Amino acid sequence: MGFKKLMTFKKALSLFTALTLLGVSTAMAQDAAPAAPGASAADTSGMWTGVIYYTLIFLSVCFCIAILGKVLKVYDLSSRMQGKKGINWNNIMGICCLVFLIAGMYGAYWSLTVQGSMKLPVAASAHGGDIDDMFNLTTILTLIVFVITQVCLFGFMFYYRGSDKRKAHYLPHNNTIEKIWTIIPAIVLTVLVVFGFFTWQSVMDSTERKGDLNIDITGHQFAWELRYPGPDGKLGSKKYTLTTPLNNLGVDFSDKNSWDDIHADTLVLPVNQPIRLNIHAQDVIHSVFMPHFRVQLNAVPGLPTFFRFTPTITTAQMRTETDNPNFEYLLYCNKICGGAHYNMQKVVRVVSRAEYQDWISHQKPYLTDALKKQLKMAAAKSGKVQTSSNTLALNN
Amino acid sequence: MSTLAVHDHGVVHHEEGHEHHHKATFLNTYVFSQDHKMIGKQFLITGITMAFIGMSLSLLFRIQLAYPDKTFPILETLLGRFAPGGRLSPDFYMSLVTIHGTIMVFFVLTAGLSGTFANLLIPLQIGARDMASPFVNMLSYWFFLMASIVLLSSFFVQKGPASGGWTIYPPLSALPNAMPGSAEGMTLWLISMVLFVGSSLMGGINYISTVLNMRTKGMDLWKMPLTVWALFLTAVLGVLSFPVLVAGLVLLIFDRSFGTSFYLSDIVLGGTVQPFEGGSPILFEHLFWFLGHPEVYIIIMPAMGISSEILAVNSRKPIFGYHAMVYSLIGIAVLSFIVWGHHMFVTGMNPFLGGVFMITTLIIAVPSAVKTFNWLATLWRGNIRFTPGMLFAIGMVSFFISGGLTGIFLGNSALDITLHDSYFVVAHFHLVMGSAAIFGMLAGVYHWFPKFFRRMMDERLGYLHFWITFICAYLVFFPMHFMGLDGVPRRYYALTAFPSFNRWLTVNTFITWAAFMAGAAQVAFLFNFIHSIFWGKKTVQNPWKSNTLEWDAPIEHHHGNWVGELPTVYRWPYDYSKPGHDEDFIPQTVPYSQTMSSNLPHDFEDNPKGLEEYNTWVSTQKANEPIK
Repeated sequence: MGFKKLMTFKKALSLFTALTLLGVSTAMAQDAAPAAPGASAADTSGMWTGVIYYTLIFLSVCFCIAILGKVLKVYDLSSRMQGKKGINWNNIMGICCLVFLIAGMYGAYWSLTVQGSMKLPVAASAHGGDIDDMFNLTTILTLIVFVITQVCLFGFMFYYRGSDKRKAHYLPHNNTIEKIWTIIPAIVLTVLVVFGFFTWQSVMDSTERKGDLNIDITGHQFAWELRYPGPDGKLGSKKYTLTTPLNNLGVDFSDKNSWDDIHADTLVLPVNQPIRLNIHAQDVIHSVFMPHFRVQLNAVPGLPTFFRFTPTITTAQMRTETDNPNFEYLLYCNKICGGAHYNMQKVVRVVSRAEYQDWISHQKPYLTDALKKQLKMAAAKSGKVQTSSNTLALNN
Repeated sequence: MSTLAVHDHGVVHHEEGHEHHHKATFLNTYVFSQDHKMIGKQFLITGITMAFIGMSLSLLFRIQLAYPDKTFPILETLLGRFAPGGRLSPDFYMSLVTIHGTIMVFFVLTAGLSGTFANLLIPLQIGARDMASPFVNMLSYWFFLMASIVLLSSFFVQKGPASGGWTIYPPLSALPNAMPGSAEGMTLWLISMVLFVGSSLMGGINYISTVLNMRTKGMDLWKMPLTVWALFLTAVLGVLSFPVLVAGLVLLIFDRSFGTSFYLSDIVLGGTVQPFEGGSPILFEHLFWFLGHPEVYIIIMPAMGISSEILAVNSRKPIFGYHAMVYSLIGIAVLSFIVWGHHMFVTGMNPFLGGVFMITTLIIAVPSAVKTFNWLATLWRGNIRFTPGMLFAIGMVSFFISGGLTGIFLGNSALDITLHDSYFVVAHFHLVMGSAAIFGMLAGVYHWFPKFFRRMMDERLGYLHFWITFICAYLVFFPMHFMGLDGVPRRYYALTAFPSFNRWLTVNTFITWAAFMAGAAQVAFLFNFIHSIFWGKKTVQNPWKSNTLEWDAPIEHHHGNWVGELPTVYRWPYDYSKPGHDEDFIPQTVPYSQTMSSNLPHDFEDNPKGLEEYNTWVSTQKANEPIK
């Protein structure tokens, strides 16, 4: 019986191998035929070698595994025939669990220390510190639970691996211990919830306060547009229907506040100045993501959102702190928004107040001469329309 | 067929009458079968096929992530215009991500997992002859198959499949000009999902009514195995939440095709002012996640149920805290409806709501923790038998712990500000609901394979499959946490646009190789699966020495499951290694009167007559003792 099965198994395996080889060679032939007369033969000739190489490696690994499997089976059967017990898979798997536990714990430790040290540098905003503290607290608590539970899991698997001599301990339930491990997580989570709730409420409170610098940031496929308030400190209102190629944000110039608004290419922020981002999107949902400042909020078409934060570390300070002379704060899109979603970034620079004043005085106003001209023409036109519609009304 | 739907005990002549007006043909046995076991197999095989497709898609985009600047001419040969010059196009990359997510979440881990095991196990484990409505059950499969075909057909339309992410947030998905995938590909996606929800609802209603109405004699709710509990609650979740998704999708179809503005407002696309006014994309997010969050529990709860059962059987111990396990499932099911907002902390939703959703989200961690501790307690002092099914169940627990703990970070809205939509999220959900659920599913496949195909799978190949997959899954997803902590966003076609992300390129290459290793290991599973269907070792009646009813049913499949009378149930399904009994398991069909030596006073809590008899028996035993 065993031999017969061995035959069928081998047959199936050789059939499988033959078919795979046949498939690969036909595919190769199919490719070779059209490629031969063309000039692109040089390009595609190497194309299949890699594939065949890996397929062959894979097949030989499969073959080795099959042989190993057969050897194990023969060993198992022959030792059984001699009245011995055969392979004790419970022991082997139990030991595998123990090895996995030790190797896995080391791997997790390595990953946490080596890759964990590649995480974001220290928070560069006032509220970021609270978030980082909470992150650290949560990390410590979860790591403790992680280690205890995984050690128990794989430790039990090893320690209580099956044996014919033993019978398991009949333990259907134990109300005391169940109450304990319901209440302890509940308490720990309550602590986290309470901290989290108040941190969240304070971080997300975006109501405008005196002295805030409002900056208008608008996302569209695939770039960010920035608008700073002029000397009046106020941003003019916007209306999406006013959008034209020159007035690409749809700024409403009937609002006097908009006349001195400033156009900028880089998000330059004065340090220790509360910033209030007015976030808009023109076409699809984007997300303003500034991880160094622990800032993220979606830009939603039709729903202006606001994020209030205070940068505390200048770019220059961060460069020395991270030992990276090329360090830049970045703002990038973090909500899928189309094909070029992966490259929708803006450099953010945090500078001293003096540098900021200098920079802002060199930026151009939003209301360019070309735009003024266009608006005048439009005003004249709409004036006509206005009068004509008035007449229409009178006639009626 | 109709006779089978009636809950009848021992009406043998019905069975005989049944033979007359039902001729088994190829068509009604293998294709349009109304037998729950065959429908389960159909779901299983379609689910596995979809899983392999979904996995291949992920391997394709992993190549792009590992080698963003290299060209692979073979990709152009295989994919044509989607990979010009041998490099995936950014739009097609998005399509791959989107369809991978959709296939894995809905087609594999919802239909493939729930559909397979609810169909096989519910009637067999509660002692029913078939589902409450076998015809609707058959329709459920065919709607699922149609949905799968429609979804895959979107690879053949000019502009490619849907590509707005599996969450298809409008306006991106609503404006056909916003990206190529939002054109016909998105339409097909929507049609596919509506069909899918139809399938899911028909299945779910069937599972619920079967569990509630068709339990055999003695099978009260508290004697049901945890698999049935989990599948039942999963079906309840599906029936309550999937219709909301349909509502959301129908409004999206209106916005796309009929010019309404449910989700659209103030849009200027490519410099052109669009006529939409007054809608809100946030509304779609609410509707989507009202399904979307219960959905992740629809995925994980069957895996929890399957693992609970397999852990108990193979550690030869009762599941620890059966009642706590059921109540925590119920708790998770109820709470899962009020946590959807934690996907939307930074969407611009009112921050106060965010705080409320954070509280409910962290509460749901409590029943999850209870389940984990109870699994560990089940293993403690067990006599663990390492079947491949057991190993996969253990893997499920391990992933559930690792992924669940990172959920505590993400459920905390303050921390979510930085972590949202980063690789940390990718790592979290691939561990907690991706890997954990797929391991639950594989555990179920290995464990119930004898029930499906009357043959055993090869154990050694199973071990190999388990260890490679398990290790590689950790190698793939563990490093992703740290990418997320460095602010690397998900769904990025290439990290090369950011000089600061260059240091993650080696990690990405490593992850891709680990993913390919895991993919190669699945070949071992596929070979084992197909080979064992035809040439596997024939199974015995009860190969795992299990208590539940499905192993009481004859090995040969009958339409109606049991020949003659349905079995009667006397006890809960977890009497393993009960002291005083000669064997280490007592099937549910064994009455207490036959196991006097192992009975406990606890067994007669709601049975005063039984308790009286038990006391009499104990006192006679005591009286006899001195004589001995």
